[in-house]
Amino acid sequence: MMTTFLASLRIALRALLVNKMRSVLTMLGIIIGVGAVIAMIAVGSGAKQRIAEQIESMGANILIVLSGSSTSGGLRHGTGTVPTLTVDDAKAILSEIPGVRHVAPQISGVAQVVYGSQNWSTVIYGTTPEILEVREWRLNLGRPFTQPDVDGATKVCVLGRTVAENLFGGIDPIGQIVRIKKVPFTVVGVLAPKGQSSWGTDQDDIIFVPLTTAQKRLFGMQFPGMVRVITVQAREREVMQTVEEQITGLLRQRHRIQPGQDNDFSVRNLTEIASSAEESARIMSLLLGTIASISLIVGGIGIMNIMLVSVTERTREIGIRIAVGAKGRDILLQFLIESLLLSLVGGMLGIGVGIGGTLILSSFTEWPILFSVQAILLAFLFAASVGVFFGFYPARKASLLNPIEALRYE
Amino acid sequence: MEPLIQIKDLVKIYPLGEMEVQALRGVSLSIERGEFVAIMGASGSGKSTFMNILGFLDRPTSGQYLLDGINGEHLSRDELAEIRNQKIGFIFQGFNLLARTSAIENVHLPLIYAHVLSRRRKEMAQKALSAVGLEGREDHHPSQLSGGEQQRVAIARALVNQPSILLADEPTGNLDSKTSAEIMAIFQNLNGEMGITIVMITHEQDIAAYAKRKILFKDGKIVEDHV
Repeated sequence: MMTTFLASLRIALRALLVNKMRSVLTMLGIIIGVGAVIAMIAVGSGAKQRIAEQIESMGANILIVLSGSSTSGGLRHGTGTVPTLTVDDAKAILSEIPGVRHVAPQISGVAQVVYGSQNWSTVIYGTTPEILEVREWRLNLGRPFTQPDVDGATKVCVLGRTVAENLFGGIDPIGQIVRIKKVPFTVVGVLAPKGQSSWGTDQDDIIFVPLTTAQKRLFGMQFPGMVRVITVQAREREVMQTVEEQITGLLRQRHRIQPGQDNDFSVRNLTEIASSAEESARIMSLLLGTIASISLIVGGIGIMNIMLVSVTERTREIGIRIAVGAKGRDILLQFLIESLLLSLVGGMLGIGVGIGGTLILSSFTEWPILFSVQAILLAFLFAASVGVFFGFYPARKASLLNPIEALRYE
Repeated sequence: MEPLIQIKDLVKIYPLGEMEVQALRGVSLSIERGEFVAIMGASGSGKSTFMNILGFLDRPTSGQYLLDGINGEHLSRDELAEIRNQKIGFIFQGFNLLARTSAIENVHLPLIYAHVLSRRRKEMAQKALSAVGLEGREDHHPSQLSGGEQQRVAIARALVNQPSILLADEPTGNLDSKTSAEIMAIFQNLNGEMGITIVMITHEQDIAAYAKRKILFKDGKIVEDHV
């Protein structure tokens, strides 16, 4: 059996080498198919992974309570233009709703920051130390600001990576004084970088200062004690829905909003937004993979087509083989090996083309890509089974030829 | 010892649309081991059909055919292939060698399907090529060989499995008279020296003259049979 197999392998290899051009063209379908499957899965998984990273960088189980539109004397203000939330609202959310782990009230604004001869415009967040934990910020250098800093309204700040780089370049920023709106702040820490957010903004272009300091010195003077945003972290994902409803109820009560009246705040579930983005990335990746598989099937049909031509062309050869004693399975094996070789070699080249093509694509577009061994193996196995599946019909046809007619075939 | 070939009332009918073509209308014959038989007849006389049945490439509609005591009537396609492989060597008018395949690999062919191991295959093929005088041309492809040489490769291929019988269908039909004589000399040598049974179709009297026995077909029947 082994002897016959090796002999069939040699016969098949020779037949393919004799028609090099045709073999390469036939393989092209499989090469493109496998390459496309690998590239599409790499792009899809890359996008999925990036979204997953962004979700992680956002912090887990986050609800954002935003100041809403308020009405003063018949005049309706737009959402978020006037702070309607208070620090006490934040404290109430933490103490009265059991599913809440942390709250971080915050106010923010854009300001020019100056260090020596350098200056930089960035977003300043006045908030409480919990924010770092809730949003999963890590520190690269120094320390975070603390509750005593908030209580004492000290003039300290923690810089995002982008700000630190633009103001200080290579200098160690810890202990240096920067001026925000002409108020001097001591840099106590530098955050670890997070990169881009889901919507493309630079998350590292940021400065955190204690909430009280920001209220007294930077932005809070107009509306003392008010905040624009309260970031809430729920204890677990399962209770987020309940917590969201409880916050709404609590704040309506605290703000004395009558039934039927609109809320002067809104609650957003960031995790939900992000996971729907993740879901659409997953569907996109599946869709791309499916379309790519179709090209693999088309490639398989190409193999079948060429194998049928090859069987017809070599009718006489088949007749000779049957006359000198080849059995049906010998002929079947010979042609099946041929189509299998075409698809396996095509599959291997396709892996190269897929990986190379994806790398080139990502270097031009800067799309995130992620190769997975499973996807590559899957594409290769799929190619092999396409070869067997589409090679079977021509091979069977060859094995059933009538030797007398085959020998007479011109 | 019983004859190598025993044939009784062989009939072959081909359906051809509404009509039926009777290619063989009751042929009875026996051929002993070591005979050299020429089968003659005009085209359409049924001699090719007869050869196909002798070679287990085709089955008779009725009648009995025994080769070496084997009856192919109830055997499957693959079992018939095995008999062809073991018992029969074919030589065709058009040589029927595999193109782009060296002489020695053409001779390998029956051995591959007999599952002979590669080293043994080489020895046997070498021996068969020597027997037809083609030493030194083993690696030539058919396109690099003359017609006579190609036919000798085909003879070597037919011989390599040490079959019971050589079946030759117009073996000199594509050759000039000088080369034909060379091929016939090989046939006579194989028959005379090695005792191989040969059945050969030809329509040329002078080729038939090399055989010891001549059988003439006409309209699907044997009309002459003389030694």
